[in-house]
Amino acid sequence: MNKIKDIVSRIAPEAVFSESAPWTVTVPTAQFHAVAQALRDDPQTQFDFLLCMTGMDWGETLGVVYHLRSTASGCEVVLRIETADRENPQLPSVSDLWETANLNEREVFDFFGIRFIGHPDMRRLFLRNDWVGYPLRKDYDASAEVNPVRMENEETVDVTPSYEEHDGKVEQEERVLFDDQEYVVNIGPQHPATHGVLRFRTSIEGETIKKVDVHCGYIHRGIEKMCEGLSYPQTLALTDRLDYLSAHQNRHALCMCIEKALGIEVPERVQYIRTIMDELNRLSSHLLFWSTLCMDLGALTAFFYGFRDREKVLDMMEETTGGRLIQNYNVIGGVMADIHPNLVQRIKEFIHYLPPMLREYDEVFTGNVIARQRMQGIGVLSKETAISYGVTGPSGRASGWSCDVRKLKPYGVYDKVEFDEVLRTGGDTYDRYLVRVEEIRQSLRILEQLVDNIPAGDYCVKTKPIIRLPEGNYFSSVEASRGEFGVYIESRGDKMPYRMKFRSPGLPLVSVVDTLASGSKIADLIAIGGSLDYVVPDIDR
Amino acid sequence: MFLNTYTDSIDFNAAREWIHTTLSGVMPAWGVTLTECVLVGLCLLLGYALIALALIYIERKVCAFFQCRLGPNRVGPYGTVQSVADMVKMLIKELIHINHVDQFLFNLAPFIVIISSVLAFGCLPFAKGLAVLDFNVGIFFLMAASSIGIVGILLAGWSSNNKYSMIGAMRSGAQMISYELSIGLSILTMVVLSGTMQLSEIVERQSEVWFLFSGHIPALIAFLIYLVAGTAETNRGPFDLPEADSELTAGYHTEYSGMHFGFFYLAEYLNLFIVAGIATTLFLGGWMPLHISGWEGFNAVMDFIPSIVWFLAKVGVVIFVIMWFKWTFPRLRIDQLLTLEWKYLLPLSLLNLLLMTLVVALGLYF
Amino acid sequence: MEIKGVNIKSMKYDAFNDTEYIDQLREAGVNVMVGKLDQLINWGRSNSLWPLTFATSCCGIEFMAVGAARYDFARFGFEVTRASPRQADVIIVAGTIVHKMAPVLRRLYDQMAEPKYVIAMGGCAISGGPFKGSYHVLEGVDKILPVDVYVPGCPPRPEALLYGMMQLQRKVKAEHYFGEVNRKQKKEESTDHE
Repeated sequence: MNKIKDIVSRIAPEAVFSESAPWTVTVPTAQFHAVAQALRDDPQTQFDFLLCMTGMDWGETLGVVYHLRSTASGCEVVLRIETADRENPQLPSVSDLWETANLNEREVFDFFGIRFIGHPDMRRLFLRNDWVGYPLRKDYDASAEVNPVRMENEETVDVTPSYEEHDGKVEQEERVLFDDQEYVVNIGPQHPATHGVLRFRTSIEGETIKKVDVHCGYIHRGIEKMCEGLSYPQTLALTDRLDYLSAHQNRHALCMCIEKALGIEVPERVQYIRTIMDELNRLSSHLLFWSTLCMDLGALTAFFYGFRDREKVLDMMEETTGGRLIQNYNVIGGVMADIHPNLVQRIKEFIHYLPPMLREYDEVFTGNVIARQRMQGIGVLSKETAISYGVTGPSGRASGWSCDVRKLKPYGVYDKVEFDEVLRTGGDTYDRYLVRVEEIRQSLRILEQLVDNIPAGDYCVKTKPIIRLPEGNYFSSVEASRGEFGVYIESRGDKMPYRMKFRSPGLPLVSVVDTLASGSKIADLIAIGGSLDYVVPDIDR
Repeated sequence: MFLNTYTDSIDFNAAREWIHTTLSGVMPAWGVTLTECVLVGLCLLLGYALIALALIYIERKVCAFFQCRLGPNRVGPYGTVQSVADMVKMLIKELIHINHVDQFLFNLAPFIVIISSVLAFGCLPFAKGLAVLDFNVGIFFLMAASSIGIVGILLAGWSSNNKYSMIGAMRSGAQMISYELSIGLSILTMVVLSGTMQLSEIVERQSEVWFLFSGHIPALIAFLIYLVAGTAETNRGPFDLPEADSELTAGYHTEYSGMHFGFFYLAEYLNLFIVAGIATTLFLGGWMPLHISGWEGFNAVMDFIPSIVWFLAKVGVVIFVIMWFKWTFPRLRIDQLLTLEWKYLLPLSLLNLLLMTLVVALGLYF
Repeated sequence: MEIKGVNIKSMKYDAFNDTEYIDQLREAGVNVMVGKLDQLINWGRSNSLWPLTFATSCCGIEFMAVGAARYDFARFGFEVTRASPRQADVIIVAGTIVHKMAPVLRRLYDQMAEPKYVIAMGGCAISGGPFKGSYHVLEGVDKILPVDVYVPGCPPRPEALLYGMMQLQRKVKAEHYFGEVNRKQKKEESTDHE
């Protein structure tokens, strides 16, 4: 912390430091870019990973909270900047330092209207271009008269505004995305290979892709705004529906965050149950990944094999939680109900059932010449790019970035079990595929160690009927099926959160598509999309 | 050259002559020809539709069993009339009138595709004496007729005014023109062996041994090349790029609805039948029963099975193999597809042709 | 294939056949020839409902599960999921529809060829579900499309979707293609609009 203090105060003497964890630095707007650059580049700090970027409306001021992490040392620091100008808020952009800031700053602009100076592409990210107002501001008018359901199709624009500062004066410039001569093909929002309603505008030349422009928001449900009007136990229900394939893990993150704020110690039994359920969820998600990737590459039979085995995982989860996909199982201080008596037995059977199936998968798909040729060397993501874009999870690990939250900051009982963090160095589609297949095996290994040792005890601790979080801000994260899922809560001591932000693993994944797909074929775009395995509601929230 | 001792239990020649004499008794010669043409046309179209429907059903069942499913089993016993239901629906489904398309070409395209496949279908020798068109360059005509279909596909893609259709059609054009070469060369290889281009003659010459066995190594290579190229010709997996579902929604027929789409759908399955039918005729002895020289009893039993059953059974086996690799392999990428053809299959076919010529010249075949 | 000892508590088999609305549709009498033709057409249509591959969120995964090995909607003839709306018969709105998606969905529906049907799958498509009240969520897909069958649940179990699709089959069977009833209705409606 002292090193950070030194570096920051050398550049910005007026910066304010918090006294306790989490280490928060409030930086003056004018020096922010320099401070951020110094923190990233200084060999003593090396904050090369922008974990989470949260737009804030503090009433008088608007601002942004940055969570930075150093991939070398694992240190974290929180930066805050704010501006008092609510009419025309402007803040410096850091999209040149961390690539992931690109889409995140567009998101903040979309929700709060903050313009980032120096950002190359200041369009709305989720909402329509003709949307009135900025929904996450506290004074937003949500009435249907202001923003009725518009049935006319959205105008597609090929130019984008950007704001540059010249001699203290901010000027708007127009940048051209696609010029008239380009053959632009619209892939999505209704397209079988986008895994939901994502839209790519791709400029192609023959079969070769020149540029991909990602359009999000076709399933933007405004979950973060809704959370501000719900009590803490109510907000839990929405996390399951973010990334429905890691429903349990998302909810685990939110429960952990609230429990941390309240100081609740959850019983050992709960930790075990939660970890088991997390891993089951990861299994179902990775099996689905395998199925859909095979389907995207045209191997339809493989799709059915994957779903056949996934149903078995769902059966186990359903028996205990009552839900196949959306489980609503974690609650604050424990889980909703004790595990079903059959669960232990069924998991044991499953641990023996799956490995032969995995070998069958390898025979059907992994070893296939066509499949390998379609995946090897396609969409290579280097480690530096992965960190800069914040591509966590199996996709990041395929590039050699050790980013498994289960190892970095063990939660649940991950510190008590032995498992390998699957790392590969190639970073291509094939590596991303192999990492996930190997993680299925590791999940089985974790389950095998846990399933016999579930301690006796309560499955839930009593909590107060009305939960109020003490004033402050809290962040906690878990390793969801597709990457690091973080929850940031800012509380003002109320029974409802003042601001709740979900760090979705999906947004960095789509932001990297352009980099990976440029120069490859249309069919490769599908393979890359399949191997990144994004879930669209998780991106759009 | 070959002595044909095989007499079919159902002789279509006799039936043909009976119809001819009966008709000649009641009407003048031109009337006979006209009536016969109409009759043949009706039978052909009926057979075409029935075979397509049967194939659709078979494909669904086969793929269901590959995929640990049951497949259609509610419509009719074991779901047998499922594809009839599909056809009834498609016949009365709306044909959407789309603005901004080239109306004439847009409506013409599905007909070109279906006509080309009906023409090719008519050439196949189904059984002894059951062939509509049979003349001395039959195989040549068959190839020419079946390659008209590509024009229809290109037109469909171009006239749809849709970028997916366009890309699909271009892929299809590149793919079919490339693979036509391999098909042509592998057929040529077999023509060298048989010494004739007349389909009935080709079948007759396999009465003792099928060409696949008599031509041994070069015939086997030609057969494999033909299977690969034939699958690519019919736009089926792993070569289904022109209509790759996960890439181009529905490829060149994205904009077609109702029966226009139905034509493409039927033609796709019928082309499968035609490809398998040519393979059967050239390599597996057409409608000839399996004979093993020396085993007279066995040969007599084989002769007892009608020729049409032989033909359909052989076609069925080839179709099953093609379905098998459709439901197993992932899809290729366009550059890999073309690499496979131009860098591997084409040189191989040329060498194979040379090999076959040597084999025939030196009399090394059975 | 016979299944023995089925005991469904929530839905008696009689109740399955009891649908007041469909009986109302059936009541109108037509002459025999036309009626038989209608039956043939409806038989074809109802047994060959090809869904559009369309899904926005969670329900889409369950929709995929219905198509997959265990539930296998191919049994009923829903097998061919078409990616192009021109060739699909039924659009299963699986998942939340938000403001930005609404015109796209409407456009997809308009691109489909007649006869076309809509199934609203899951709470979100029916009413907005858990996201009712959000600034960007359409509260019920029936505000922009004519929905034929609602399948409640969050997400509905695959069995529920199959049940919904079978209800749609029953509804299709009560239609009239040649029979006068629906035609007259259409004329009246069209004159109303003018």
